Amino acid sequence: MYRSAAPVDSLTEADPSQIEARLALTELLLASGDLQASARQSIDWLALHAGVQQAVVAVSDPVGSNLLLIAEHGISSTAIADFVIDRGDVNHPLVVALSRLESTYFSPSASTRTPLDGIGFHAVPLRVDEDPPAGLMLVSGTSPEIHPDVLWLARQLARQLARLQSAPGTMDKRLGQERMLLYSIINAVTDPILLTDTEGKLRIANSHAEKLFAAPEDASEGWRRAVALNNMLFSAALSTSAVGQTDLSRRELLLVDPLEGSDLLFELLSSRAKDERQGTYVVSILRNITDLARAREEIEESYRTLRVSQAEVRDERHRLDLIIDSVADPILVTDPEGDIVLLNEPAERLFTVPTTAGESPQRHVRGNGANLTSFVSNVLTRTGEQRYSGEIQLVEPVTGRNLPVEAVAGTILNDQGELVWVVTILHDLTQTLEKEALYEQLKQASAELERKVHEATAELAQQNELLRRQHIELEQASALKSQFLANISHEFRTPLNAILGYTHMLLHGVTGPVTDPQQKSLTRIDSNSRHLLALINDILDITRIEAGRMPLNLTQFKVSDLVVEVMSELEPIIRRSNLTVTAKVKRGVPTVKSDRQKVKQIMLNLLSNALKFTPTGSVTIAAAFDRRHQMISVAFVDSGVGIPQESHSKIFEDFRQLDNSPTRSYGGTGLGLSICRRLAQMLGGAIDLVSQVGEGSTFTLKLPARARRR
Amino acid sequence: MIELRRPLVLVVEDYQDAREMYAAYLQFSGYGVAEAANGLEALEKTRELMPDIILMDLALPKMDGWEATRRLKADEQTRNIPIVALTGHALAGHAEGARQAGCDAFVTKPCLPDALVAEIERMLAVRRGDGASRRSTRSSSKSKTS
Repeated sequence: MYRSAAPVDSLTEADPSQIEARLALTELLLASGDLQASARQSIDWLALHAGVQQAVVAVSDPVGSNLLLIAEHGISSTAIADFVIDRGDVNHPLVVALSRLESTYFSPSASTRTPLDGIGFHAVPLRVDEDPPAGLMLVSGTSPEIHPDVLWLARQLARQLARLQSAPGTMDKRLGQERMLLYSIINAVTDPILLTDTEGKLRIANSHAEKLFAAPEDASEGWRRAVALNNMLFSAALSTSAVGQTDLSRRELLLVDPLEGSDLLFELLSSRAKDERQGTYVVSILRNITDLARAREEIEESYRTLRVSQAEVRDERHRLDLIIDSVADPILVTDPEGDIVLLNEPAERLFTVPTTAGESPQRHVRGNGANLTSFVSNVLTRTGEQRYSGEIQLVEPVTGRNLPVEAVAGTILNDQGELVWVVTILHDLTQTLEKEALYEQLKQASAELERKVHEATAELAQQNELLRRQHIELEQASALKSQFLANISHEFRTPLNAILGYTHMLLHGVTGPVTDPQQKSLTRIDSNSRHLLALINDILDITRIEAGRMPLNLTQFKVSDLVVEVMSELEPIIRRSNLTVTAKVKRGVPTVKSDRQKVKQIMLNLLSNALKFTPTGSVTIAAAFDRRHQMISVAFVDSGVGIPQESHSKIFEDFRQLDNSPTRSYGGTGLGLSICRRLAQMLGGAIDLVSQVGEGSTFTLKLPARARRR
Repeated sequence: MIELRRPLVLVVEDYQDAREMYAAYLQFSGYGVAEAANGLEALEKTRELMPDIILMDLALPKMDGWEATRRLKADEQTRNIPIVALTGHALAGHAEGARQAGCDAFVTKPCLPDALVAEIERMLAVRRGDGASRRSTRSSSKSKTS
């Protein structure tokens, strides 16, 4: 495939102009210390003097493992952008060519994986005599015959490389290698990078920049115009920018995508760089911010929305804080681990304490926290229940007072149904418990009271029963007494009847005549017997009244009739007394309804008393009617001895006479007035007394016109 | 006194002293007198002697005065003989009980002989229908004897 070309090295055979050109290059090379510049000058010389159309110079990198391209002619930079040959690839045609002493020709049909494929070229190793090759020069050629200038130049360039890579030129050699590295790096950067001189002429562009600013030969019209427009825009941007001496200039640049025709927004970063040999130039980097700008707009919008939302959330949170702080009951929100995430002010007093607080408040707070955690863990085990309540025993941290609380917990789930928070509200039970205790005490007191009332009632009932029995016993005793007295009076009267009867018969001479002294004695027996009988009768009356066994026999009668009757019955006594006895019944005194027998008994008694205690003068009976009170009054007015004021009540007592001596001057049992008053009361009336010593007495019987049955 | 024979009074009284006292005074006052000491004897004597009037104590042994009175008033032969009840009990109910038993009059002991004679005289007068003066049992007016 390739043939060796015979080395051509003969100055003598060259024409003078060619010798002059060779001398000029040799001079140039000797002056140059730059590997890349030397290579470039060399292939430029070849193009000029040997008619070479395309040429490339590649040298070993400092390590010697790769061949790197350092200069080219007639080849687009895109084609050689990633031109690297691994020297370890021993089967690579160029690596083989490198190892040879002479040049190798590759026909256009050969495949060498180089930018010169398809055009036919000579691969000339750059080596001095038998030294290891310093690099490889590829020169286009249509025939295996190689131009003598190429071989000459190859020797010159090999010497130059050897010189620059040897001791005195180590720095330059290394720099050249680094430059190659940088070249590769720049190409690898995805942002378009351009290097321009101060006039705006493009010096270096990486492949991405070429897409924007260079069009291939066969590009469409639109593409070309787009590229032309981009170049114009870029130049304008550079020239208008006030690129300072060292400062980085940054602005936006709108270009056109040559392939798609769409707008592309770039950020243009340009800065000046100064190089001693190459002078000042401008490095520009274009960063595609088309998407970035859109994204920024979106981000700004999102950010604005976020700010609004945050403000709303803050407001909401603030309101929530105000609300839960305003609740007097402690409220806590805990996460599933039991850690408190939110608590209101009342809860803070229970579950937090300043570190400056004493030992015991801190202990109480820890205790409260433990109790709460225990409660919350109970809540967590109860899955499926929305609410859970229980009692917790807490302690007020500052006072140490026991604080029983009722805790009510609710769970908050997220959209996936997982428990995220537990909200617990505590309610102070102290008052409730105190109320319960008070209520309990009240109930006990009430029960005690009830028990006492029961006891008292039972006792009262017992007492009542006792009283009732005693009452019955007393009634029975009273009845027995009355019966006894009735019997006794009967038994008294039977012998008394005989005494009175026989005395009567003796006095009446039934058994024959009696002497005067006998008559006198018999009269004494008779009067004493009668007195005894009167006593017995009075006692019987009182007994009957007190036993309630004195029946009322109500009838209609005239008071005037009764007055006449009473006077006629006492007529013998009246006649003996020498007193003026008169009766006055006023007009308008109506018919009375009462117990005639008893009214008569009272009137007899009062009249006989009046006669008895009036030695001289008169006795007047005066009957009247008080219409307003419907009361009948019968007054017995005497001009007798009278009764001292202090004795007015005494004379109505049993067995009372003012002269209480056994030898009293007036007869009578002393029971008369007592019985009269009792009888008057039975009939709904009374007996009044008006009297003074020496002024006589007035006893007035007052009775209702119509007595009522009791 | 128009009648030829003296009116016969049956005195029924268990207390001997009283019975004999009334009997003596009645004889003194011009009456024929028969005596009985209890209710059964009173029934026998009444049927045997057919007295003009009976003075009947109510509290009697063997048969009391109420029962004796009821039997006499139930007998066709003896029902027209007036009976004057005599009792020491002034308590309520005795007088009424005596009237219900058939007694024609009622006298409470102690009763002086003259008062008793006066009542007997009155009852007999009522019986004869001669309109003799009526006197209360308690009347203290003196008896008029022949």
